[in-house]
Amino acid sequence: MEKKVFFRGWFLPILLILPQLIISIIFFFYPAGQAISNSLYLPDPFGLSSEFVGLENFIFLFNDSYYLSSFVTTIFFSTSVSVLSMGLGLYFALLADRIFKGAGVYKTLLIWPYAVAPAVAGVLWMFLFSSRIGLVSWYLGLLGYDWNHALNSNEAMGLVVLASTWGRISYNFLFFLAGLQAIPKSIIEAAAIDGASFWKRFRTIVFPLLSPITFFLLVVNIVYAFFETFGVIHTITSGGPEQATTTLVYKVYSDGFVGQDLGSSAAQSVILLVVVGLLTVIQFKYIERKVHY
Amino acid sequence: MAKINLNNIKKSFGKNTVIQDLSVDINDGELIVIVGPSGCGKSTLLRMIAGLEEVNSGDIIINNKNVNNLEPMERNIAMVFQNYALYPHMTVFENMSYGLKIQKTPKDEINSRVKEAAEILELSELLERKPNQLSGGQRQRVAMGRAIVRKPDVFLFDEPLSNLDAKLRVQMRLEIKKLQRKLNVTSLYVTHDQVEAMTLADKMIVMNEGNVEHIGTPLDVYQQPKSLFTAQFIGSPAMNILKGTADGNEIKIGDFKIKSENSYSGEVNFGIRPEHLSIDDNGPIKATVEFIELIGSNTLIHCRIKNSNEVIVVSIPGIIQENLSRKEIKLNFDQSKIHLFNTKDNSRIN
Repeated sequence: MEKKVFFRGWFLPILLILPQLIISIIFFFYPAGQAISNSLYLPDPFGLSSEFVGLENFIFLFNDSYYLSSFVTTIFFSTSVSVLSMGLGLYFALLADRIFKGAGVYKTLLIWPYAVAPAVAGVLWMFLFSSRIGLVSWYLGLLGYDWNHALNSNEAMGLVVLASTWGRISYNFLFFLAGLQAIPKSIIEAAAIDGASFWKRFRTIVFPLLSPITFFLLVVNIVYAFFETFGVIHTITSGGPEQATTTLVYKVYSDGFVGQDLGSSAAQSVILLVVVGLLTVIQFKYIERKVHY
Repeated sequence: MAKINLNNIKKSFGKNTVIQDLSVDINDGELIVIVGPSGCGKSTLLRMIAGLEEVNSGDIIINNKNVNNLEPMERNIAMVFQNYALYPHMTVFENMSYGLKIQKTPKDEINSRVKEAAEILELSELLERKPNQLSGGQRQRVAMGRAIVRKPDVFLFDEPLSNLDAKLRVQMRLEIKKLQRKLNVTSLYVTHDQVEAMTLADKMIVMNEGNVEHIGTPLDVYQQPKSLFTAQFIGSPAMNILKGTADGNEIKIGDFKIKSENSYSGEVNFGIRPEHLSIDDNGPIKATVEFIELIGSNTLIHCRIKNSNEVIVVSIPGIIQENLSRKEIKLNFDQSKIHLFNTKDNSRIN
């Protein structure tokens, strides 16, 4: 149990939390408040005046087929990225946990992609798969497959999923490896003596013991796929073709800054705010309950 | 039910030799205790028998079958680990039945076997608990239960009591002994605690730096240690060792001469246990008392031998009220209780 500190008077405690408070106010409460108030107004096309419209922005959004399909796109995109990057991260961690020689090199190489900024990673993959100059698309062409993610929405989605997953494997790998190494060796040995094969041990011992980490990663990865993949999407597809890769966050940007529909953009931000809030609540509740065995 | 033969076992990790050349035969139903200081290779030996480590050369034979290349599960052994290695996410029942489930034992049999083991170990009330809701002693019993339910040929214990407090350790020691007698399963028990070794063992294997120093019954090891290492390792307080020179039937230690029944010439290590020394005005050894330890059941007198730097400890039964500090005393001993070791390979002479 932590010791609670008691202060006499108000001055010192306020002073101590002031820096955090100022940062929260400037970067969170103020913009969030702005977003909420903007979401209730409809500005004119030139931004000279705005009219109070109540919840009309929200009503419009939930009747907009593009917005609703953007929801579906986001769910598909974030599920794919989370499942793929966690699956591969776990797979690589299992391998890394078993090797001894060259483990350092292997781990370092696996962690590298994490250091690449999303936009840079996006450009990298965009070049690899570019229909005119891409290396991969050229080889695919030799095999008789005509790759063009600028025209084919499935290919576009596949590519942004691939690029986002690639950057995320390292993170998941690190957490899974730490989780695996935290499992006492003797438990695995006891299971081996009990007659469990490698897969049986994985299914009945290792994976259940990793479950707190797995859940944590699931939440974190979904949040990542929701909010931090903007750079990748922007550089590779710009949300196209025909909004096939427009996630909720990308739509906030494109409606607000490209389409200049600030009211709708603000309303979308507010909806996202609620989504993040829900995810965070789930995460904290779960972790508080599950982190101790 | 099994006998185990270990023939010329060798093991090294890289350049580091852990076991040099070890051969032991273990009879059916025996409780063998492997004892030695940390890093002597005793745990490695156990893990090789379990199949958790490979053997570099030599054979491990269980029931006349070479198991060198068999997986742990194929050897029909059960192991109790130092940290118990219970599956933290499973209940006591699930922990104990895990191995049986994997062997696809019918449900009814699993239930009856777990129930039986739980009754023996007094775990019946705890079957639905998780390991983190159990005390150390209870976890220890669950680990034993997990071993029992599988009805293995061999039990392997890897310092199973070292995580328990002193009182519980004594109690569990007794329980393990009783259980082993009852089940009559060949068992190997690794420990660094000589009291555990002495009380549990049918046969003791004393190991040091990858070598077997002595194999024998606890009494044999205590009364006739084959090497200087065994003599010093077994027994508390440790045996007194004094450097001396033997010339025929006489041994010269410092200024004193001691008669010996053995004829030997050259440098020797003369050993005598503290409890075999007595204060006697006709004794041959003169010494000055340095300090006294009162243990309760007996008194330990630490003395320095006259004209020598060597320290000798005497254990006298009961409590000595007399203030002996700084006084000169004379010590005597029973001829038949002395131990002589040569100084070349530290092996026993008498």
